[in-house]
Amino acid sequence: MTQYRDRLPLPPTDAERTNMTCHFCIVGCGYHVYKWPENREGGRAPDENALGMDFRSQIGPEQIIMTPPMHNLIADRDGRRWNIMVLPDKRCTVNQGLSSTRGGQLASVMYSGEGMSRQRLFYPMLFTGDDWIETNWDTALQVYAGVTKRILDEHGPEALAFNAFDHGGAGGGFENTWGSGKLMFSALQTPLVRIHNRPAYNSECHATRDMGIGELNNSYEDSEVADTLFYIGANGYETQTNYFLAHAVPNMRGETIAKKKAWFPGETAAKAKVIFVDPRRSLTVSIAEQVAGKENVLHLAIAPGTDTALFNGLMTYVVEQDWHHERFIREHTTGFEEALTANRMSLADCSRITGVPESDIVKAAEWAYKPKPSRHYPRTMHGYEKGIIWGNDNYRIQSALVDLVLTTENVGRRGTGVVRMGGHQEGYARPPYPGGRPSIYVDDEIIKGNGRMLTVWACNSFQTTLNAEQYREAVYRRAGIVRETIAQARGATADELVDLIYDAVENRGGLFVVNIDLYKTKFSDAAHLLLPAAHPGEMNLTSMNGERRMRLSERFMDPPGEARPDCLIAADIANRLKALYQAEGNAEMAARFDGFDWKTEEDAFNDGFRKPGGIDSQGGATGDLVTYARLRAMGNDGVQLPVKEYKDGELIGTEMVYADHRFDTDDGKARFLPAPWNGLPATVEAQRKKYRFWVNNGRTNHIWQTAYHDRYLAFRRDRFPMSPLELNPEDAKDLGIEAGDIVELHNDYGSAFAMAYPEPDIARGQVFMMFGYDNGVVGDVVTPWTDRNLIPYYKGTWADIRKVGSMRDYKRTVSFKRRRFDLA
Amino acid sequence: MTNLSRRRFLKTGGTAAAAGAAMLGTGLAVAGEQPANLGATTLPYPRTGIAKVGALKVNEPKAFSYPDDDSFCQIIKTGRAVPGGVGPAGDIVAYSTQCTHMGCPLNYDKEARTFKCGCHFSIFDPEMQGQMVDGQATENLPRILLEHDENDDMLYAVAVEGLIYGRQCNVI
Repeated sequence: MTQYRDRLPLPPTDAERTNMTCHFCIVGCGYHVYKWPENREGGRAPDENALGMDFRSQIGPEQIIMTPPMHNLIADRDGRRWNIMVLPDKRCTVNQGLSSTRGGQLASVMYSGEGMSRQRLFYPMLFTGDDWIETNWDTALQVYAGVTKRILDEHGPEALAFNAFDHGGAGGGFENTWGSGKLMFSALQTPLVRIHNRPAYNSECHATRDMGIGELNNSYEDSEVADTLFYIGANGYETQTNYFLAHAVPNMRGETIAKKKAWFPGETAAKAKVIFVDPRRSLTVSIAEQVAGKENVLHLAIAPGTDTALFNGLMTYVVEQDWHHERFIREHTTGFEEALTANRMSLADCSRITGVPESDIVKAAEWAYKPKPSRHYPRTMHGYEKGIIWGNDNYRIQSALVDLVLTTENVGRRGTGVVRMGGHQEGYARPPYPGGRPSIYVDDEIIKGNGRMLTVWACNSFQTTLNAEQYREAVYRRAGIVRETIAQARGATADELVDLIYDAVENRGGLFVVNIDLYKTKFSDAAHLLLPAAHPGEMNLTSMNGERRMRLSERFMDPPGEARPDCLIAADIANRLKALYQAEGNAEMAARFDGFDWKTEEDAFNDGFRKPGGIDSQGGATGDLVTYARLRAMGNDGVQLPVKEYKDGELIGTEMVYADHRFDTDDGKARFLPAPWNGLPATVEAQRKKYRFWVNNGRTNHIWQTAYHDRYLAFRRDRFPMSPLELNPEDAKDLGIEAGDIVELHNDYGSAFAMAYPEPDIARGQVFMMFGYDNGVVGDVVTPWTDRNLIPYYKGTWADIRKVGSMRDYKRTVSFKRRRFDLA
Repeated sequence: MTNLSRRRFLKTGGTAAAAGAAMLGTGLAVAGEQPANLGATTLPYPRTGIAKVGALKVNEPKAFSYPDDDSFCQIIKTGRAVPGGVGPAGDIVAYSTQCTHMGCPLNYDKEARTFKCGCHFSIFDPEMQGQMVDGQATENLPRILLEHDENDDMLYAVAVEGLIYGRQCNVI
């Protein structure tokens, strides 16, 4: 955090400038990092500063974003101190100079040696039973590898559990997914792995992939030229901010009509119609109404969990109207008739189940699928996110949606798509997962006493899992057994400690917990060993965004203390295990840990992403064409994967997938999947019958993921000291609840605490709680139910609410004004 | 996309565009080199008369500029004591009303009692020290620090807390 409040040092003209893709959401906005010595600053004349702007007078609106949180002072390991300024890149096609409230604070979260950044982990830390002590990498690795080896030798890999990131951006990236993946899947070969936000190793998009359609199949530009933007369980303004602002809003305003006419000659072109499927009137709905006009926005406030019925009703209606694309269906798909029969639902039934008036269902069908006056089929961009992904039966809803999309050929054409909007960035390159499908419900195994060692890697499942209360209780209880053991190990060497820990996990039901992270987290409270990691800026890192755009975030500073990139931590662990096996003459096991002789993150990149044969990589088969040098030259625009070729010094990528109608199936045809409406799962229905409030949950604009940085930033923490709970003011009144009160949500599975935030747009009998926060965990009241692939139904739980009491300081410091942008 | 059309600018500009209270007091703030003041760690803010308390109506903001003519601000009497409020009832506050995100002029929404930005939809609460209610800024609204002179009932702007959009330094 900068020390300045009402002035900032400007970067001098010779400031070092590097590229940075935002660490946080899927959109991956381009930024420039300016770095220059602490004792210098640029002048205010345009030729005196690196921004080339004239600060001698007031700069007009929308010319720049440069706020105090975009500046910081940092210290490198050699003691030199620098200014940094991290500003959005005006030339980046993704964000076009915009920064979101999250990306706008990138400079603030870099290590400065002061303030909130002192919360970072500097060194490995070992829990001594009643306290944390700093230790060195040698000791830490000896303990980690020693316990791992004992378990591996005695029980095989199935007893080694991991909760691990699988994505891009900070806490991920192609380098780190590869490093950790190679350790888990090739070397250790454990299947007992879960992903950061769910209890198993699986895809959130199995259905669409099974149908031959990868979930990121278009470009952000397609939202500029779509006739209709159809958002399902997606809240773009708060969760994909600059995608929404830079690409969707211009279409809603009618600013892209000329582009549509140029791209699609002869077709009717108008400003976008916008459809939202969401039980909640989100912030994005209110903003869309402002920019597109209410007459161009249709909000289908479905009853919770009824998406499948809606899509099936629409599919049936579209075919009845003869708006389906018969030739496309015939030539490029299979299974249409079977799916149509299975999914068939009358308008009346659709309306009864979803609670949406028939007229609105018809209107949605007309906006999205009825041929235009020019007799062309409309181009409808379908963007979905957690409303479906964490909805009622992920696999089924997604099947129903993609069935509708295939029926109307809204994939492979510009201006269309059926695309997950995304949470974090992507960056997946790993050896194949060594388990089956469905994989293992890892949380359940831990609760049942299985698994002997748990590595929690760049994630925090105490805040991001379902049935969280029971899970946390089991982890604490089992970790406590190991803690008691360590507490008594006075004078033990690292090897003796390994023996003691092994005895606790082998004979007394203990669980040895290791946390690899930037910070201590809520999960660290149950851990025994902490390993300090690095994030972008402190290491080179590649990721891709929601339009498969891959960029290189360049290293410009040292990590604090002895923190290391995750991929090199993986290599350290593997190399230590290799040495242990070599020492006992076990060449066969030692060989499993070969191939980690990496000095830098680029070595990990070259070993994984650039050798795509036999691995699962989002870079596809042409990953070998990408090098750090080539990517660096492509700047903040990078290249859209898969890369087609490297030509004339440029990487040529793919804007639209499936433009050739060749889908990712054996026969190249997209596959319809039957998805009959099925009602709520019995587990969830039982809660619905018993409790008063449907507990919807998700992100807010202010807070990124588990708030691992945000909880230390006053601007964030002061806004939401506790998870906000939006609830209808009449319901609040009924319960005697006022804004700023602490409330408890409780049901058969647990109880969660939140800060009441009355909001008239929330329907009665519903509430919306922020997901993933450290102070108030909604997962505590989420049932353990999952779909067939072990994807949770986070959005499907009901609870009662009671007032705990008033919090004077919340009322004194937190605004409870409406977050919706409605204008009278 | 990021170019604000003039029409939209005016549409969202509202009261801020009408700002124009004359700058009183100091002659320090002139374009060019900032005067060296090695004895101070604060900027040389002017003391500028804004309005008389008696002339302010509840929930009706009044535009002014501070610390110079190019910096648009609004003063508002909220009608209830608020954090940082001055005046006899502790209910008068003032803010820079160029959005801290990208400088678009903020509109006051009397019903919601918030300042709203039509460019990227940020919302700020004048009754909670300019806190960003939602939006894309990374800073709350810069607060114009006020002093109330009980002798002549005049409110004076004396400093700005927070960086005004579009400036390297609040005092140019």
